[in-house]
Amino acid sequence: MMAFQSVDTIRILPEIILSAFAILVMVLEPWVAARKSALGWLSLAGVIAAALATLKTAGSPGLAFGGSVSADGFSLFFVDLFLAIAALCLLGSIHYLERDRVHHGEYYALILLATVGACFMAASTDLIMIFIGLEISSISTYILAGFKRQELASNEASLKYFLLGSFATAFFLYGVALVYGLTGTTNLLRLREQAGGSPGAALAALALILMFVGLAFKVSSAPFQVWTPDVYQGAPAPVTAFLSTAPKAAAFAVLLRIFAGSLAGSGPVSFWVLWISAVLTMTVGNLAAIWQSNVKRLLAYSSIAHAGYVLVGITAGGAEGVSSVLFYLAGYALMNVGAFILVAHLAGRGERRVDVADYTALAAARPSAAALLTVFLVSLAGFPGTVGFFAKFYVFRAAVHAHLIGLVTIALLNSVVSVYYYLKIVVAMYMGEGETGVSAAAMPNALRAAVVLSVAGIFYLGLYPAPLLAALARIPKPGL
Amino acid sequence: METLLALILVPPLLGAALNGIWGRRFSRPLVAAAGCGAAGLSMVMALLAASAYTRAASTAPWIHTYFTWIHSGTFHADFALWYDRLTLVMTCTVTVVAFLIHVYSVGYMEHEGGFYRFFCYLNLFLFMMLLLVTAANYPLMFVGWEGVGLCSYLLIGFYFAKRSASDAGKKAFIVTRIGDAGFTVGVALLFWSLGSVDFSDVFGRVAALPPGEMQGTLTAVGVLLFLGAVGKSAQIPLYVWLPDAMEGPTPVSALIHAATMVTAGVYMVARSNVLYAHAPLALALVAATGGVTAFFSATIAVCQNDLKRMLAYSTISQIGYMFLGCGAAIFASGIFHLMTHACFKALLFLSAGSVMHAMSGELDMRKMGGLRRRMKTTWLTFLAATLAISGIPMFSGFFSKDEILAAAYNGPLGRHWLYWLGTVTAGLTAFYMFRGLFLTFHGPSRVPPELEPHVHESGRLMTGPLIVLAVFSVAAGYVSWPRALGGQEAFDRYLDPVFAASQEFVRSLVAAPAPGRLTNFSLMALSFVAALAGLGAAYWLYLASPGLPGRLAARVGWLYRLVANKYYVDEIYNALIVNPIRVASEKLLWQDIDAGLIDGGLVEGAAEVAAEVGGGLRRLQSGNIRSYAAWVLLGAVVWFGYVLLNR
Repeated sequence: MMAFQSVDTIRILPEIILSAFAILVMVLEPWVAARKSALGWLSLAGVIAAALATLKTAGSPGLAFGGSVSADGFSLFFVDLFLAIAALCLLGSIHYLERDRVHHGEYYALILLATVGACFMAASTDLIMIFIGLEISSISTYILAGFKRQELASNEASLKYFLLGSFATAFFLYGVALVYGLTGTTNLLRLREQAGGSPGAALAALALILMFVGLAFKVSSAPFQVWTPDVYQGAPAPVTAFLSTAPKAAAFAVLLRIFAGSLAGSGPVSFWVLWISAVLTMTVGNLAAIWQSNVKRLLAYSSIAHAGYVLVGITAGGAEGVSSVLFYLAGYALMNVGAFILVAHLAGRGERRVDVADYTALAAARPSAAALLTVFLVSLAGFPGTVGFFAKFYVFRAAVHAHLIGLVTIALLNSVVSVYYYLKIVVAMYMGEGETGVSAAAMPNALRAAVVLSVAGIFYLGLYPAPLLAALARIPKPGL
Repeated sequence: METLLALILVPPLLGAALNGIWGRRFSRPLVAAAGCGAAGLSMVMALLAASAYTRAASTAPWIHTYFTWIHSGTFHADFALWYDRLTLVMTCTVTVVAFLIHVYSVGYMEHEGGFYRFFCYLNLFLFMMLLLVTAANYPLMFVGWEGVGLCSYLLIGFYFAKRSASDAGKKAFIVTRIGDAGFTVGVALLFWSLGSVDFSDVFGRVAALPPGEMQGTLTAVGVLLFLGAVGKSAQIPLYVWLPDAMEGPTPVSALIHAATMVTAGVYMVARSNVLYAHAPLALALVAATGGVTAFFSATIAVCQNDLKRMLAYSTISQIGYMFLGCGAAIFASGIFHLMTHACFKALLFLSAGSVMHAMSGELDMRKMGGLRRRMKTTWLTFLAATLAISGIPMFSGFFSKDEILAAAYNGPLGRHWLYWLGTVTAGLTAFYMFRGLFLTFHGPSRVPPELEPHVHESGRLMTGPLIVLAVFSVAAGYVSWPRALGGQEAFDRYLDPVFAASQEFVRSLVAAPAPGRLTNFSLMALSFVAALAGLGAAYWLYLASPGLPGRLAARVGWLYRLVANKYYVDEIYNALIVNPIRVASEKLLWQDIDAGLIDGGLVEGAAEVAAEVGGGLRRLQSGNIRSYAAWVLLGAVVWFGYVLLNR
């Protein structure tokens, strides 16, 4: 049954390459005592090599390793997305680690491994494989969150994330166990075939809810979002950039595979669970964000709100809904990673300058940094011309086409509220009077490249969304 | 070909990006090289494209689609470019004039701050203008249309620290926006009625319509599109922004507010000739608006003492001529005048800039005089341009203006009153232009003593472009030797593949006007007489007996004050439109509705509720890990309970 074929390795080639580079980085770490940044560049090379490998993988789509991993358009989209996120985060980390004196090679290895985990989550078609991916990704990010081990906040973030994360993963695993008990398989494709007869419907519902809770925790959907602000605030900002995008998108990929795909048979119940989750998540995120004066915490709540918008797309379902969710995740990754790594730089050594008040009059002192941050913020707010606008537009349109007028109304009201707190920072930067508090250091080139690339992506997708949308429309959606 | 077309547009965009991103760190020569290099490269590409297109056997337009730009339901717009003989004329005119003005600007802006910003905007403008004239559908054209408007706004307000400059920028932006609203509605109506906004679809479908079909809709479309042109090309009643736009640096006035952007409306009407041919009523409106504006603003120009403002009113008047030619359904005459006007009006502005440079920014002609001795090149080039715009025979304006006047007289939609208005305007044009020339360069010097030692001829970077443009101003007319003198009007014949069908269609549609008794030759002679009369009057009043204008003004004091105050149009607009809106916005909308109802009631109410809820949520965020875990558990239980109950 598990006959190994050489084509199987091609179908997970990007993951293999990333893992090899991660190991290489760890092996080389003791040898490059002074120049740790070389390891950063090596990791970036690994990410690029993996990205090239996705081309090869795309050439031979299909199932691998006994049907537990699928190399299809859907998984390749996510793999490419994770690689892009990893690349941007790496570029944004190199000087950050140097500045805050936590430059250890393990950081890069952990980022690569977390990416591998996320890739497996998106590509797996077997619940056990998904769980393994989830754990690879989670454990790496637990450590990353506490990477500044001298700092109390970072330690606290790591511990909270670890304890609550394990708690939530247990839910997921318990759900998987129930599914296996009920059906005798953990393979999503086989589950789909059996979807007709449902033995022990109550237990099946329980299994579904347990898995949903585990994933809802990862995407910080309300009421499972409680950990998010503390962890995002305490973790080093480039790590937050990664945390708030890659594992989140991976969990969404799994949600799509399970809920839009194999277990879609559960009908109106899961629909309303998603509907209520979407409403709660965006409302909680936006309303709480209004109060925040710490920029990292504000962005943390904002990322909760964005998870809510994504859930609107998942609730809408169908090919259009799934396409809109994929588009949203791509756009969201660009703006959120960009915002966090820029904030990481502006916060200065030890990330001390993270208050909105510190951004006062930034535009006068550092016009280009202020302009770039403004792009990220207005894109997060969903202004036309940026990807944030089309991301929301397509999600909401999918929901309208699915006749979810009430949900779209709530979502629109929410995005109106969100404008307030995004513009609060912009107003401080451009109209505030006085001395700016944030770091006056010039932007290092690697960071500048990452930020400029994100901004270019934001404008490109904000002005010409058509090519990506067309590509997404062609991707076969799991279960549809 | 596909690449060549795109290559016309790419260099200025790259130039703008280069100077916009790194310009601050570039040295001035590097900024200048990037800016001028981009414009020059674009010019070379435009000329290469022109030669390639001319060598091709077919006169069919090249249409190249690069990518799908917007696709939503049945609405479809590509990023597609369109190249035919009309585009050829426009791209060559725009790039050549733009390149010369870029070079001139290097000298002119030498002592100014924001050098890189200036070239960044100027390049961006060039890109947008080229996009406007090469776009193959209305939405893309609108991108260029708004883009040039944006650059115009940025460049008028270039000295943004100066209150009047930033106000002028805003005025230009707002006034043209009124026209743009019409344009957008027009395009929407076009899409609604024809289901497409692509030039090839729209023109193809309209051209196939039998006479009279859909005339109502097309007239509405034509009028709405023309409303956009009225704003952009500063015609009555939306011309008021252009004179104020002279607050911008002079090269900007020359490029944007004389040679290129303000003529975009004319190009748009000419490009849509198929539409307008099926909407003769709209076309008649174009002609009448053009003719009346030409006359009206020429009278204002007569009484201006500010050199650049006089030229601004002159520009409005000359664009009026172009609309008159297009409106009479001889579209080629309008485009011909557009081309010659681009040369001589750019030259007039650049010469004025050269004077301004020498006079430390002074623009009042009453404080000039006798400058020709100190600034020989500038004087000669200004003279060449004055002869051209006044329609003195054998200078370019003579050929193009006479074609328009002939069109107004015997064109399919020509009207005799428009012709006479145009001829009188020609006389006025010669009068105010020579008045400007005499006041500035001739007669005794009235230069204030403190400025006197500063007066000097400008450097080579500035005089070079002046000389090249002077050559064009003299020679550009010869591409179309008039019929009245035994020629073929070769320029018009060249544009026949674009315009001839529409022109004939209009001719077949309307009753032929009563044949006039004047032959083409006598028309020409009449306009020459008008020009001479204007020249003579200017000479008599401002050189021979300089005291006379003052006495004359005193005699007809009310008339002089009326005209000198520009017919109080700005004041009337302020009283009738601006102030009521301001009062209504301040009192009703702002203080009562916004501050009182919306802010006080809705927003603050909503904000309070939001804040209350948010505050409550914040309290839940205790930071205590056990309570967090409890939340997760509680959530799971509630979800499970919900699912069980609703199974």
